[in-house]
Amino acid sequence: MKLTEELLKDFPDSRGHFGDYGGRFVSETLIDSLDHLESEYRRLRDDPQFRERFERDLEDYVGRPTPLYRADRLSEETGGASIWLKREDLCHTGAHKVNNTIGQALVAHFLGKPRVIAETGAGQHGVATATVAARLGLKCKIYMGAEDVKRQSINVYRMKLLGAEVEAVEGGTRTLKDAMNEALRDWVTNVDDTFYIIGTVAGPHPYPMMVRDFQSVIGREARRQHLEKTGRLPDALVACVGGGSNAIGLFYPFLTDESVELYGVEAGGYGIETGQHAAPLSAGRPGVLHGNRTYLMEDENGQISGTHSVSAGLDYPGVGPEHSWLKDIGRAHYVSVTDDEAMDAFRTLTAVEGIMPALETAHGIAYALKLARQMTPDQSIIINLSGRGDKDMNTVARMDNIDVE
Amino acid sequence: MSRIPTLMPRLKEAGRKALIPYITAGDPDCDETLRIMHTLVNAGADMIELGVPFSDPMADGPVIQKACERALAKGCSLRDVLGIVRRFRETDPETPVVLMGYLNPVEAMGYETFAAMAEEAGVDGVLLVDLPPEEGDRVVPILNEHGLDAVFLLSPTTSDERIRLVSRHCSGYVYYVSLKGVTGSATIDATAVEQRVDHIRALTELPVGVGFGIRDSETARAVGRVSDAIIVGSVIVDCISRHPEAGPALHEALDRLVRPLRESLDTL
Repeated sequence: MKLTEELLKDFPDSRGHFGDYGGRFVSETLIDSLDHLESEYRRLRDDPQFRERFERDLEDYVGRPTPLYRADRLSEETGGASIWLKREDLCHTGAHKVNNTIGQALVAHFLGKPRVIAETGAGQHGVATATVAARLGLKCKIYMGAEDVKRQSINVYRMKLLGAEVEAVEGGTRTLKDAMNEALRDWVTNVDDTFYIIGTVAGPHPYPMMVRDFQSVIGREARRQHLEKTGRLPDALVACVGGGSNAIGLFYPFLTDESVELYGVEAGGYGIETGQHAAPLSAGRPGVLHGNRTYLMEDENGQISGTHSVSAGLDYPGVGPEHSWLKDIGRAHYVSVTDDEAMDAFRTLTAVEGIMPALETAHGIAYALKLARQMTPDQSIIINLSGRGDKDMNTVARMDNIDVE
Repeated sequence: MSRIPTLMPRLKEAGRKALIPYITAGDPDCDETLRIMHTLVNAGADMIELGVPFSDPMADGPVIQKACERALAKGCSLRDVLGIVRRFRETDPETPVVLMGYLNPVEAMGYETFAAMAEEAGVDGVLLVDLPPEEGDRVVPILNEHGLDAVFLLSPTTSDERIRLVSRHCSGYVYYVSLKGVTGSATIDATAVEQRVDHIRALTELPVGVGFGIRDSETARAVGRVSDAIIVGSVIVDCISRHPEAGPALHEALDRLVRPLRESLDTL
């Protein structure tokens, strides 16, 4: 399928489908709210007042545009392609997540909802939500799997300082998917006064579309910056994929640039062959979870499988439906790297560039390093440096057998 | 062929409100679920909603979530649930059984395989809580071809236009979710339910069942007065969870719980 600007207008279609994927698979009580959100969002997206406010917030509060930085020593290290880092780690709160929470909180504000809720895995989306809630004076509750509360204690404390209530979810596998179940239960109960700020390009329509729109600022800036700095488009884009919001944010403005190869990097955990991973696009099959049809990790009976990744933010058995579509039409490649490869990449970037990436982001770096080696120095790769690694100090230190707590 | 479209008019004729208990299949195990179904019928159930356990029951409260976890820990799959219905039919050819659950296990089995096996097992209807009618094109026709009713939900937030849309795709009965929330939530507001059900009746010919928040004889009577059927789930599942050893004590407790609901409906 050759993608054109014209064609992309139909993705998603009016019912939120990206080919076979996406849609709206939720219980009846939420349909009315989703209908309302969709029509209001479509209106706001073209409303000059809303756009002006969103763009001003991205500039003055988030700190955009973020730099596109040429990683000279990292590029030298591989001897291959020139590597550029899109510095989303320099966004306020330390990751790309805030681009989306700024947008959705503004929608909530325009809709007059006094309370916001969110699910979070690594805690980055929770922090970004609590941050914008504090700024707009919205009541805020964050759902986080009990397992993640343990491994991301610094972010839990940050959310609490920001005035959010954090609920540790004990059900199921006690990770991101269970946090999302619990957030959906809250929403169905408090649908009148509550806005659900979903953190990734998944969930029922219009969320995958809306979150993509807010995150696309990453790719628009990167495309312009790369053209300004080099006079040409990059040859490849690389981004880690959990739910896939940073990846779609980078990819989307390049979808019609056929010469640009897109690589989404999933969490290979202990290795795809062990079954202990979080790579639905690499090793799963299509199914329905959390309001959309997409690639999932599930057993032969359709029960959702437990996942494993060293990074809490990638530890999710599904993925945004637009990625499922891009995989099937062959526009993007989806690959995986293991926990160990990601940890090595974390150390490499820290040592040669003085930038500590989030463990999620380290997956993208690990794959980009392999890719760069197969390319030539006149070619270039943009990696979405989606978040900074401060939140992962405990995890990294534990692997070095050092107690920093 | 589904037994529901003949049962509901027959009950209406007799002035009897349908009592529909919900249980999660496989909790505490599949053999016990079969015995529980017979106990519920003996205590006055007219139909049974049999829950298909799912790993991520996002529309359910803690009671049914835990029941799903227990059932899955015992390895209860959709195929096992169909096996329970098949065995139930050996001694009860009459009482309709509606499978209630989430789409993914059905999608994983394949719609055609599922519908054929469900028909063969003696299932009458299917209610998939995360499948709104707009997404039902691939599923509902296949269910109907196999003589299965596709039951859909209506909620306090469903618009009039959608009530009409849902009733076009729905058969057997519509399930009115009485409150905004998950299963087992706070007690029902009988006045609000009455107004809403009257309104729904003006827009659809289908029998109206009401569930969520019915926990005792009083709420059963209040809701039964205005509807064709009441669905009672969490209090029954909770009762089952309190008797992990199963045996006669469980069946006596279930009888003590369900019989008064029947009696209170019969006073209407």
